[in-house]
Amino acid sequence: MNSAAFVVIATFTVAAALAAATLRQLMHAALSFAIAFVGVAAFFFLLGAEFVGLALVFIYIGAVAVLIVFTILLTRRDVGKDRGFNWGGAIVAGAVFGGLTWSILKTQSLAIVAPHMPALTVKRIGAALMTSYVWPLQCVGLLLTAALIGALILVLEEKR
Amino acid sequence: MSKSLDQVFVSAKQWLLSLLAGSPSWVIQVVSSLINIFALLGVFLTLFALLSVLERKILGRMQNRYGPNRVGPFGLFQPIADGIKMLVKEDIVPARADKIVHFLAPVLIAAVAILTLGVIPYGRNMTPFTIDAGILFFFAVGSTTELAVFMAGWGSNNKFSMLGAMRAIAQMISYELPLIITVLPVVMVVGSLTPDRIVAAQADYTLGLVPRWFVLTPWGATAFILFFVSGLVESNRTPFDVPEGESEIVAGHMTEYSGFKYATFFMAEYIGMFAISGLGITLFLGGWHAPVHALEFIPSYVWFFTKLSALLFVYVWVRGTLPRTRVDQMMNFAWKFMLPMAFTCIVAAAVWHYTGRGLRGWLWSLFVIVLVYSALSILLDTKRKFAPRVYRFAE
Repeated sequence: MNSAAFVVIATFTVAAALAAATLRQLMHAALSFAIAFVGVAAFFFLLGAEFVGLALVFIYIGAVAVLIVFTILLTRRDVGKDRGFNWGGAIVAGAVFGGLTWSILKTQSLAIVAPHMPALTVKRIGAALMTSYVWPLQCVGLLLTAALIGALILVLEEKR
Repeated sequence: MSKSLDQVFVSAKQWLLSLLAGSPSWVIQVVSSLINIFALLGVFLTLFALLSVLERKILGRMQNRYGPNRVGPFGLFQPIADGIKMLVKEDIVPARADKIVHFLAPVLIAAVAILTLGVIPYGRNMTPFTIDAGILFFFAVGSTTELAVFMAGWGSNNKFSMLGAMRAIAQMISYELPLIITVLPVVMVVGSLTPDRIVAAQADYTLGLVPRWFVLTPWGATAFILFFVSGLVESNRTPFDVPEGESEIVAGHMTEYSGFKYATFFMAEYIGMFAISGLGITLFLGGWHAPVHALEFIPSYVWFFTKLSALLFVYVWVRGTLPRTRVDQMMNFAWKFMLPMAFTCIVAAAVWHYTGRGLRGWLWSLFVIVLVYSALSILLDTKRKFAPRVYRFAE
């Protein structure tokens, strides 16, 4: 059952990602990008990591995809123009794929049987965030607050 | 007797599944999910049809006129007539529209609305989709609506659609923040994101009389009011139906839709309303628990749907009472009032928790909320200047 689900989700995700990379219309590409994230979130659900999957949907589809779509809407005028094949992008993608494959094949932990993990509940994630990772969490919070204030200052009405 | 009546739907499902005994486990799993899905769709689409006619009746009563009263007894068959009308209407797609996106937008928006219904506990043992982080699921799936609205606006290739979609997304993003932050105090106090656990935490009665619903604490009442207002905005209901302001931009992101696609948008709006009210009931109004211990013999789902009808009536009542707000008023309200008050609820809930959850905690959290509320009203009041509006445009 799990392997069948894996194949279905993987096909779906790869198809959406390919569409995001190749579609001529920029807006269609952005929407396919969002679909690819649904597929990745489905992987996390399959692995029993509900929280990560939901956070992915929440952040990447609810916020990042909307942001991308708005950016395209407000800036681009050359929608639909043929821009030729992107060789630089292809090389970077190939290098990343090669690097990941190489490190996965080299890693030691794949050989041993996966240890039995207790279910990853939201409560445990919360406890870990609030105890061992409280300083990184606070730093990220501070950074985001600074970004928010910066955004507010950018759009503030200038005094005449 | 009352016990079996309470569990009648659960036993009915078990009986249906027992007919399949002997099949492989995945068949039973799939059939079990399908039963849940069909039950949800059946109940809520009926409720949608019923509400669409009742809303017009109630609005008619408020505006001193008859509502729909021609089709069937008391006009109750009106939704059937409406449905047939919508189905046989021509489906017009603009020539310059982005056909695929234009088609997918209503599909996505309805699917998302129906998905959010799945995590709400409708009665004892009656949660269609039990998941550890149910509240998070609700908001994660719900946040996809913004993308669907955008697709509708962009795919139509029409300036009114695009303006409507921009307005809708602006208000949805602004009010999503107070909506989620008002949920946090409940999650904090219960210590769980599971809707069933949140309902269970509100099961008891203080002195055997007053239910332990969170709405009866000062922070809970404040959070519930903020939640309800944000819910009004999220479901694009009057007085916050700026995205489809008929007097300005025709119908907003739904301008270029006709026939059944238009009806699908309306269905999504109503189902979103049911979902957000259901979540409000789960979080603040004690879920399916009875308000008085003596009335617990009435089945749990009856209580849930009674509370749901009461909330839906308030939605219609607000629509019949208040005029539409202006966009800038709405945004100012969100960022200057709703957000600070929502954060105050978190602090007040913490105060309530650490002063012993009793009468003392009740008074202390009330004090915190009154303090911040007065400070906020003084602060916002001094900032108010009466002057002609200045319009600023993007350069």
